[in-house]
Amino acid sequence: MNRWPLLTDLVSAFKARGQIVIVGASLAGLRGAEALRNAGFSGHLTIIGDEPHEPYDRPPLSKQVLAGWVPADHTKLPRLRAIDAEWRLGVAATGLDRANQRVRLADGDQVPFDRLLIATGTRARQWPNPAEAALDGVFTLRTCDEAARVRARLAARPNRVLIIGAGFIGSEMASVCRELDLPVTVAERGSAPLVGALGGAIGAIAAEIQREHGVDLRTGVSVAALEGDDGGHVRRAYLSDGTTVDADVVIVSLGSIRNTEWLDGAGLAAGFWGVACDAGCRAFDINGVVTDTIFVAGDVARFPHALYEYQLIALEHWDNAVRGAEIAAHNMVSLEAERWAHLPLPAFWSNQFGLNIKSVGVCPFGEEIVFTQGSVKERRFAAAYGRRGRIVAAVTFNHAKWLEYYAAQIERSAPFPPAPAGFDQPGDMKPVPAAFPDPRTPTATPVVVLTGHDPTERGAVFHVPDR
Amino acid sequence: MRIVVDLNRCQGYAQCAFLAPDVFQLNGEEALMYDPNPDDAKRLQVLRAAEACPVKAIVVERPVDAEGATKS
Repeated sequence: MNRWPLLTDLVSAFKARGQIVIVGASLAGLRGAEALRNAGFSGHLTIIGDEPHEPYDRPPLSKQVLAGWVPADHTKLPRLRAIDAEWRLGVAATGLDRANQRVRLADGDQVPFDRLLIATGTRARQWPNPAEAALDGVFTLRTCDEAARVRARLAARPNRVLIIGAGFIGSEMASVCRELDLPVTVAERGSAPLVGALGGAIGAIAAEIQREHGVDLRTGVSVAALEGDDGGHVRRAYLSDGTTVDADVVIVSLGSIRNTEWLDGAGLAAGFWGVACDAGCRAFDINGVVTDTIFVAGDVARFPHALYEYQLIALEHWDNAVRGAEIAAHNMVSLEAERWAHLPLPAFWSNQFGLNIKSVGVCPFGEEIVFTQGSVKERRFAAAYGRRGRIVAAVTFNHAKWLEYYAAQIERSAPFPPAPAGFDQPGDMKPVPAAFPDPRTPTATPVVVLTGHDPTERGAVFHVPDR
Repeated sequence: MRIVVDLNRCQGYAQCAFLAPDVFQLNGEEALMYDPNPDDAKRLQVLRAAEACPVKAIVVERPVDAEGATKS
């Protein structure tokens, strides 16, 4: 028996007649809406999205879509139930009025809410020079419209594609170019592809793989300038080492920017790394006080994680969007005793150069890496990351079936190096430095970031592991 | 029709690629590529593939009836 029947009545009334607004109409927004209805919310639900499209899946854009196997408008997300929502698509949210509980829209409308779910995600970081970015043939890849434009250019068989940034998406796009037998140059400021996410030990392998597949990989260089011809088409890039690359398609793949500008002045703990929230997805205000009405999910959320010393973590991962939205939705319509915590074991995948790359945990939290199964030479292996004698992450290349073994160890902070798994162990199982770059060095922003303990920290302060 | 594959779950068993080869393909030994919005004519193939997936990674849209309720 609840000691406070008033509160129970309040939640029941809210579920029947309340108003919920979801800002962000992508994976997290959609799954959050479905979860609200599953939880019995039958009040008014509004979903606001700046893109004109209904929710679609983004991971295929840099793979199947770019390769031409699937059209760019064919990645619409399956609906898992009816959500009976009012959709406001093609209109961005431009402000949040917390005192009056309203979301302001770009078209001047205001949408009132009792509870708000922020799921505005990220956008592609643009080339910093606006004149060069405006050259014909210079692209970024985040939306299906962008994917359609890039695909059309690749189908027209350019003489050379230049990809700036060798993170996961940049590397996937380089892989597609080689599948299409297009000449491609990849310019990466770091020492190797994937170095920010997986470290230098794995990055060296990724570099070998790219070169084996015919990628002209340039590492340790930045692109100083892009040059266009008289018609305004990009034709050449000048690199920091004094060399030039003639390319008629340039894809800028320098990571993402979190969409928090619309929250300026709202008094939330929102900034460079996203919107800080507790492990139950409730947003913090700028003083670190948790709100009762505003929830956060997906790429834009930054939440404390027990496995990583309770630092706030920002995760641009597919399952973080799904699970975070489900948990936020549940907590939006639940009393305290029924609330859930969002404590996911981070996990992601990437398909490139015919390889299935998967990871669990937070690799950059690791100081050492040990190859535990398979063969690096044959490009099928598992490796574990360790920090101060415990396992914190693992990565597999074409060895996905073993990932669960490592996930279970990470979840219970098992010793590092981990006990040998299965068979097929390499001869040398000595940990070596994982070789992550200093996270403060400029490169594509990594997709997993431990951002320290302060929920109100709005600036770009990285956690730097002790070394 | 609309599908999505939870590639965190997928372990490359490739049952789907045998049962619905126009929709699911392996790129290399275990990297799955698929068509997220295949033609409705492939529905039966896709449902068989989803059913056969050992790790239940394939999520298929459930049709919604006129009242907005989902059918199984």
